[in-house]
Amino acid sequence: MTTPDKALVHSSAHGPAHSPDAPPPVLGPGHTLSTVTDKISEIVLTAPPPRSWYVGLAIAFSLVMVLFWAITVLLWRGVGIWGINVPVAWGFAIVNFVWWIGIGHAGTLISAILLLLRQSWRTSINRFAEAMTLFAVSCAGLFPLLHMGRPWFFYWMMPYPNTMGLWPQFRSPLVWDVFAVSTYATVSLLFWYVGLIPDLATLRDRSRHRIGRKIYGMLAMGWRGSALHWHRYETAYLLLAGLATPLVISVHTVVSFDFAVAQVPGWHTTIFPPYFVAGAIFSGFAMVVTLAVPLRSVYGLQDFITERHLDNMAKIMLATGWIVAYGYAMEAFLGWYSGSQPEQYVLWNRLTGPYRYQYWALLTCNIAVPQLMWSRTVRRTGWMLFIVAVLINVGMWQERYIIVVTSLHREFLPSSWGMYAGTRWDWALFIGTIGLFLALLFLFLRLLPMISIFEMRTLVEEEKHGRGAHANHGHKTNPPPDDIAAEGGTAS
Amino acid sequence: MSEQLDTATGLYGLLAEFREPEQVVAAARAARSAGYRRLDGYSPQPVEGLAEAIGHRTSKVPLLVLIGGVVGCLAGFFLQYWTMGVAYPINVGGRPLNSWPAWVPVMFELTVLVAALTAVLGMLGLNGLPMPYHPLFHVRRFEGATRNRFFLCIEARDPLFDREATAAFLERQRPLEVYEVPW
Repeated sequence: MTTPDKALVHSSAHGPAHSPDAPPPVLGPGHTLSTVTDKISEIVLTAPPPRSWYVGLAIAFSLVMVLFWAITVLLWRGVGIWGINVPVAWGFAIVNFVWWIGIGHAGTLISAILLLLRQSWRTSINRFAEAMTLFAVSCAGLFPLLHMGRPWFFYWMMPYPNTMGLWPQFRSPLVWDVFAVSTYATVSLLFWYVGLIPDLATLRDRSRHRIGRKIYGMLAMGWRGSALHWHRYETAYLLLAGLATPLVISVHTVVSFDFAVAQVPGWHTTIFPPYFVAGAIFSGFAMVVTLAVPLRSVYGLQDFITERHLDNMAKIMLATGWIVAYGYAMEAFLGWYSGSQPEQYVLWNRLTGPYRYQYWALLTCNIAVPQLMWSRTVRRTGWMLFIVAVLINVGMWQERYIIVVTSLHREFLPSSWGMYAGTRWDWALFIGTIGLFLALLFLFLRLLPMISIFEMRTLVEEEKHGRGAHANHGHKTNPPPDDIAAEGGTAS
Repeated sequence: MSEQLDTATGLYGLLAEFREPEQVVAAARAARSAGYRRLDGYSPQPVEGLAEAIGHRTSKVPLLVLIGGVVGCLAGFFLQYWTMGVAYPINVGGRPLNSWPAWVPVMFELTVLVAALTAVLGMLGLNGLPMPYHPLFHVRRFEGATRNRFFLCIEARDPLFDREATAAFLERQRPLEVYEVPW
């Protein structure tokens, strides 16, 4: 993976300067072990946060206040303040849950699956993508909890001996979901923390502040980079990646079972698991791009998050977008082919019924707009890709809305048909979780290295030696950067 | 030896600093063939071959993770078998109480959960972490081990260890510096 870029790594620039056939490099020119370490750790340790960080955090924090307000009113007055009712008893809570969980999936995909596939370009985006996963799962977890109405009894969902003599019904997908989502949250946190340990040690050693040293030191747990430790560390990290890979597939599969195991028209179909997983990856990468494009320009990280990353992520979105389009087509086909009147009506209702605008909006955002990414210019131009990614995020939210609402609002019995719309409390809660997500992300950018430093150092070594590379294109057109000379001044 | 620290309490070992990963691997190999057994390398990122060069062969982590996964899977099965079949049986149209296909998702999730916890706790436990204090942190330049420098430490508990001879041996490996590591 790294070899084709080798010749380009040390050339003058990425972007229009290189030949159109070769992909841009995964790392900007002239970086050494010390420059990547310093550049990434100084964002946390010394550099004052950019003004946009304060503005962003202020906005996000205000939205967190909206979230607290919405939760407080909800707990005081009950779920009746939401738009849910019979026949649509799920509404925003489940729409947002599925949307947020899906967004989290790209983080695990980047950190685990691309690690196993030896895609070294993942290195500079995996840390914040994993952070994104954690924060998205936190937001997702809020919705089913609040939807229960009495969230303080959440532990009733766990199997434990209790005085009521009751146990969870393990034949229900909703219980599977409890296990899937809590396992996913736990394993994502472990994976993220294990990845952070060597970088926390770097921050401990580079921090000039006494309290900073203490806190990073405690979090680093005394990591000292021993060869024995690294050996076990790499084994454990690889095994975690191997465990997280089927896990991430299972999570959205189980989420789709919440729908597919039910008999409701439009839900009861076998395409749901693969289509949900592809949709999750699609929306997750859209969110990674939505975050990465502003990040790289605000923090000047174009050397680390290069056009190559944008290009690759765009290609993944394009591919998963087509799987999602296939899912829509299959849903429609099976609705028609089933010969069942309610199933056929679901399709007709989506196309022409009261929620047709949302349905056409989702088709536009999720199928039509992503086709722009066939163009190399769109894939490699930050702002264009940003717009596409935001529209995909909107489209994927519409998708979940359509799945949840259109199927429920006109089920088998026309006598029990009804309409659904979110109330201002539904919106407040949804917008509040966006604020929570962003606020956690802003704090993460300030307090922890947003790019994995030790993996970037490995990448520097690989670029230098052309290791981990296949034999083709291995021309050493440029000498490796003079690490010794470059470091001489800064060493002591 | 630039940093002559107070060594009245004895030494932890001698630490050599290198600029390139290949140098530390070569030095570790040389130390092994010179008969040293209590040694360890330190680096800012994993260095290929360094663990082998200091004499580390296999890791127990994979076996532990396998055991963790099997335990999680079986625990998942018996949790559901017992609760659904014994403790709180519900007869749904005469269907079997041991409805194991419906239990696969939870068995799978518990397999992954216990295996992942074992991987992390096993790795930390075998590494002896958390360990907030370590003699190496006395050497100021050891900060480079988390930035851009590579270190080899020959520990004083090695039977062959001799303050003068070992220092001379390390100097022959062309390090940037050799430091004494006090307790």
